[in-house]
Amino acid sequence: MTALLEIENLSSGYGDFQALFDVDVTVDEGETLAIIGANGAGKTTLLRTISGLVPAWSGTIRFDGRDLLRVAAHKRVGEGIAMVPEGRLLFPSLNVRENLLVGAYGRRPGTWTIERVVETFPLLEPLLDRPSSVLSGGERQAVAIGRALMANPRLILLDELSLGLAPIVVKQVYAALPAVTGAGTTALVVEQDIGLAMEVADRVTCFLEGRVSLQGTPETLGRHQITAAYFGLEQEATESTQESVNR
Amino acid sequence: MSWVNAIVQGVLLGGLFALFATGLSLAFGVMRFVNLAHGDLAILGAFLAVSTTATLDINPFLSLFVVVPVMAAAGYCLQRFAFNRTIGEDPLPSILVTFGLGVVIQNALLERYTADSQGLDAGEIETRSLQLAGDIAVGWFPVIVLAVAVVVLIGLQLLLSRTRIGRAFRATSDDPATARLMGINDRNIYAVVMAIAFGTVAVAGVFLGIRQTFGPNDGPAQLIFGFEAVVIGGLGSLWGTLLGGVILGVAQTVGNQIDVEYDFLSGPLFGHLIFLAVLAFRPTGLLGARSSK
Repeated sequence: MTALLEIENLSSGYGDFQALFDVDVTVDEGETLAIIGANGAGKTTLLRTISGLVPAWSGTIRFDGRDLLRVAAHKRVGEGIAMVPEGRLLFPSLNVRENLLVGAYGRRPGTWTIERVVETFPLLEPLLDRPSSVLSGGERQAVAIGRALMANPRLILLDELSLGLAPIVVKQVYAALPAVTGAGTTALVVEQDIGLAMEVADRVTCFLEGRVSLQGTPETLGRHQITAAYFGLEQEATESTQESVNR
Repeated sequence: MSWVNAIVQGVLLGGLFALFATGLSLAFGVMRFVNLAHGDLAILGAFLAVSTTATLDINPFLSLFVVVPVMAAAGYCLQRFAFNRTIGEDPLPSILVTFGLGVVIQNALLERYTADSQGLDAGEIETRSLQLAGDIAVGWFPVIVLAVAVVVLIGLQLLLSRTRIGRAFRATSDDPATARLMGINDRNIYAVVMAIAFGTVAVAGVFLGIRQTFGPNDGPAQLIFGFEAVVIGGLGSLWGTLLGGVILGVAQTVGNQIDVEYDFLSGPLFGHLIFLAVLAFRPTGLLGARSSK
């Protein structure tokens, strides 16, 4: 497999606050990589730096072999990178259909249409002409994913899909992921819920305080090891912390 | 009957105010940009029409085909290379920059055209009128102005609601950072919005120049009327802009009528009072349902 996204020695942050310290992450074409870590570990900053919303301080990001940091944020969609931002961030003055259409604004050529988004998320069918501000959290998340898919991305960045959603809704949202990644789209998933991340990911990377603390496949990494990396504990992670993660 | 006449004339005058206010409303609605040079830009448009009509020996109406594209291009460039640097959470930089621009425009016009009042002669269309019922007659020219205002507003409404770039306008207005994730270049969107604002205010300026005489320092007064129309109608609402323009126009002509009959009040003063009343009792304007962010 060839690497679609190669990140080397990346440092980034907001103002004087450094959130990422010399991070190396590689995502292969077609795979789903989950990035897990506690609040403030730098997961979201990584996605925002890849999509261009946060400028990189140093290091390189190569996408399909090309230097991504030279590409303006609004042109990265056309390169094939779409993002589902944390908190969905739908456009409130646009209805659902318009939110999906605006997702296609800077798209690369491809096969995603409103019809195909509705096939993937059937719950959207009756909602297309509703204002996006009246939707439930799960519906918003479906629109946000659909909006990103409308750009026909090669790499989709999914930030905290489960945040603020009821467990049953989280299950529904994640159930649609294979339809997304099965089509050959590479996915970079940021998730706080380790169980969910292990389920959907081909590979897992743990972040701790802005640095990569552990990498591997869900099969080879034990939950114990991941818990330790998550909290920054040494191997003697206690039973009680493990329980809190399981919850 | 003179009261009915005052109201009819006021509605027609409202078309001109609406044209003035459209650009203000659009720029504020999409990028929360307050343009204090807006009135001076209208006067600049009128002076450009003076030069165009003199140079090409054409009717002021035809000069619109020169003045509007020139002004729109100027608006695009100014936004792209200057105003965009002032866009942000804080509206103060945009106010300061456009205040300065207004001063520059006024003085440049004084240098180039002197302080003499100028007028645009559109020929007999200016004095032709249409007899309605009884002793009420409406001039063709004010009717044309109102019609143009309505056509411009309908066109903008369709642009915003039906087109790809209109969706991009609204998405950028909601959230510029997320709009960038969609591939929208917000800086370019702002420049297009400013081009439209300059283009519409140029139309308003040329119509003003046909309607009455004007001088280089008349911009700020026009800016006040434009702002009043925007605030009465509701910030960022296009139809509110037309409604606000019409209400302000009627207030002014009725105020003048009161002045004529009772020697009390005056047109602009009554307009200001209506504006203050709206500001006091309905600060979001008549059609401005959305609360400000």
